[in-house]
Amino acid sequence: MKTYQEMIFRLKQYWAERGCIITEPYDVEVGAGTMCPETFLRVLGPDEYRVAYVQPSRRPADGRYGENPNRLYKHSQLQVILKPTPVDVLEQYLGSLEAIGIDLKKHDIKFEEDNWESPTLGAWGIGWQVMLDGMEITQFTYFQQCGGVDLDLVPAEITYGLERLCAFLQDKESVYDILWTDAFNYGQVRLKEEQQFSVYNFEMADVATLWKLFELHEGECQRLIDLYKGLETGKERFPVLPTYDQVLKCSNLFNLLDARGAISVTERVGVIGRVRKLAVGVAGIWVDQQFTVREVAA
Amino acid sequence: MATRDLLLEIGVEEIPDWMIVDGLSHLSAKVGELVAQLGGKVTMAEATPRRLVIQVSGLAEREEDREESISGPPQQSNSKAVEGFAKKNGIRVDQLELVETAKGTYYSYRKQVSGKAAVEILSDGLAGLILGIPWPKTMLWPGKGGARFIRPIRWLLCLLGEEVVPFTINGITSSNETGGHRQLGKHRVPVTIGSYEQTLRDNYVILRAGERREKIAAGLPVGVKADAALLETLTYITEFPTPIVGEFAEDYLTLPEEVLVTVMRFHQKYFSVNDGAGKLAAKFVAVMNTASDPDGLVKHGNERVLRARFNDARFFYNVDQQKPLAARLEDLKSVTFQAQLGSYHAKTLRVMELTKELGGDEVALRAAELSKTDLTCEMVKEFTELQGIVGGLYAKAQGESEGVATAIYDQYKPVSMEDSIPRSKAGQLMSLADKVDTLRGCFSIGLVPTGSKDPFALRRAAQGVIKILAEGELRIGLKQLAGGVAKLDEFLIERVKYYCNEIRGYAFDEVMAVLAAGADDLQDVLARLEAVKTVRASEDFEPLAASFKRMKNILDQAKFAPAGGVDSTLFEDPSELALWNAFQEVVARVKGASYAEILAGMATLRPAVDLFFEKVLVNAPDLSVRANRLTLLISLKTEFSGIAEFSEIVPKTQETHTS
Repeated sequence: MKTYQEMIFRLKQYWAERGCIITEPYDVEVGAGTMCPETFLRVLGPDEYRVAYVQPSRRPADGRYGENPNRLYKHSQLQVILKPTPVDVLEQYLGSLEAIGIDLKKHDIKFEEDNWESPTLGAWGIGWQVMLDGMEITQFTYFQQCGGVDLDLVPAEITYGLERLCAFLQDKESVYDILWTDAFNYGQVRLKEEQQFSVYNFEMADVATLWKLFELHEGECQRLIDLYKGLETGKERFPVLPTYDQVLKCSNLFNLLDARGAISVTERVGVIGRVRKLAVGVAGIWVDQQFTVREVAA
Repeated sequence: MATRDLLLEIGVEEIPDWMIVDGLSHLSAKVGELVAQLGGKVTMAEATPRRLVIQVSGLAEREEDREESISGPPQQSNSKAVEGFAKKNGIRVDQLELVETAKGTYYSYRKQVSGKAAVEILSDGLAGLILGIPWPKTMLWPGKGGARFIRPIRWLLCLLGEEVVPFTINGITSSNETGGHRQLGKHRVPVTIGSYEQTLRDNYVILRAGERREKIAAGLPVGVKADAALLETLTYITEFPTPIVGEFAEDYLTLPEEVLVTVMRFHQKYFSVNDGAGKLAAKFVAVMNTASDPDGLVKHGNERVLRARFNDARFFYNVDQQKPLAARLEDLKSVTFQAQLGSYHAKTLRVMELTKELGGDEVALRAAELSKTDLTCEMVKEFTELQGIVGGLYAKAQGESEGVATAIYDQYKPVSMEDSIPRSKAGQLMSLADKVDTLRGCFSIGLVPTGSKDPFALRRAAQGVIKILAEGELRIGLKQLAGGVAKLDEFLIERVKYYCNEIRGYAFDEVMAVLAAGADDLQDVLARLEAVKTVRASEDFEPLAASFKRMKNILDQAKFAPAGGVDSTLFEDPSELALWNAFQEVVARVKGASYAEILAGMATLRPAVDLFFEKVLVNAPDLSVRANRLTLLISLKTEFSGIAEFSEIVPKTQETHTS
């Protein structure tokens, strides 16, 4: 294994060979690959699905101005969704590590209990963090509920932390030293972005503007949810996906406001509750729409 | 009769280590019940993270045939009913017999039931037993309508002798195959009962937890800090454990030892190592779940991870020192303690006030002032389990006095009933004030623990309060601590009962008696309990306690309020005067004496009390005589029940009071 991008190519290739659709990242800011519609909405309902994609995950509060060797405002996850879960899912997962050059016989791998829960998304699952020689490289989750809805087919979600996995493979102490290609390292590609976004997120983002944006997106989202609920006919063509984008916008704005120190801890719970309400609302109409489409087809 | 052995192995994806022992013992008990009817006994119950294994020996081929008696209609029933009963059982009326019972004579059918084959019993019963294991948190798979288990089951091995016992769970059908170690063993391999354990070993699975534990222990170098809990975790997180020793750079040892150990122990599951002088050495022991580390990659990887963690810790330490704790007080205004109870800043002010009120000195007060400031430090944000400890370490590093630093360091003690209380008086008072503030606050806004729900760990806080009062020998009343907050005094009293009964071993009724008498200061409670316990051994005590109960009933019924003192001229029976005199004599004798002496004195009254109740009817027809007798009883009861409410004492001969 040589470069960061080659590692990603190989992982994508590996999962493509196992029936996954390979998509590009979702083009709305998210805090985790789980929040993309390809995960959050696809896991709902009875349809089978398999997808893998690299998703940049933005966590404004984790920014360190590019000065910490292990912490990033924006890191990349490879997100794999297998719905339903194949019976040999863990063997397949271990195979993916071999595909990127890890000789499993020469390393220590442990699956340690780590259940996942996102109150904001009304979602939870059961699973492990996968430890490779003492380092967490993957989060493995059997989704159980999303948007407060029980899942028909329990999917496996495999989330690889790409930077740390690559730092391990290349034996680098700092993510910025990872070789992205033979000629460019991670720092050359991304350092400036980490610096500037840290400055913006922590120091310069205008709080009043962020709040205004939050409220606009929240309002639009709620308007659409209410509209759907009032529909007698035509549900099948209702823009649920654009409605969900509004949730993602709100979630990212919340994270920004949080990093900016603009949300007092007292307000925090309340604002999370507002985002959750939207997420649950969209999950509900998404499931309803899927049933409607089925009925119309039948 | 020929018997066979049974081997059951449930192959599961990695079960969380801390659940395995309980899950296995439940399964073992249930399988034991199932095979008991076949004369079988569980001879082995073992588990790894990926398998639960039960072995049974001595299983009969089938259950014994048996006779069941099915009771039918009474003899006098009409023939239709009798025919109906026979028909229902598929026999003729003349095959029925009449049986005499206590309720009369009934038709009865003596049915010959042939025993089921062992394989059938197992085949029918095992799936239900397995799915009935009560895991703390289960998952559904492969989706709605599927089974619930701790993690997906991936194979089922079930052999009765050489025969596979057929059953299915969620589409997984039992077979004669086991699974080897994930990386080193065969994916699936057929076994017999005889070859099973060796086959696992050949495939890098050590089945027995005891052997894994020993393998880890044997590989630990000299100087490793004993840590039974960590050893247990590692035993159940591995199938083939192998310890390796790693090193880290000496200069990390300048970081506080607590921080280094926490990173190693709780974040990385490493054992830490002491050097010859008892100081932390620049070494750690990781336990791999594999056989060896031929190229040193695992060691290198673990060292790399630990270095990154230590670098983080060092970074946090340095950043934190840029702003001393004392300068962080203001920052607590933006850290919420609880939405309705305000910020940690507000809490700090309350705790300071309360510390003062409880008699805390300057040291305690300063400790209270700084106690929560470490919550704004990066180190605590990263290692939340070190809150308080980090505060204590920083306080010392920043030139606060030893007393202040120690009190801050100890503030969350005791974290359990086994843990010790804060070492210094200042620490005890400050810790007490902190806990009491949390309790008062939460109770005042209705956040009262119910059932298993106790999100603010108020039971633990209250238990800590009691333990500090008792073991710190602090003379502070519970009512004062409850501060008039509704239900809090009851809650504290409950914890006192628990503490005195479960931890200190006083009988429950003694605790109830002392508390019912209104004892409020825990030192006083304990002194009275000791007295009651001592005096209880005397043979006069319990009968006397029974008499007190009688007095209480009489007085409760009479709803009597004494108008004056006892008038000895109104006594009619000599037993009245005898009791009165004896009582006065005892009262004079024990004046100012210890609880034990007073109670011992009281016990000497037993003959006089017994005689009184034998000879005298308290509710005499003459109202003035009656009033005088009631006054006598009240005097008696008032004098002694101040120590303990003896009517609460349950004689040993009776059933013991249950909590």
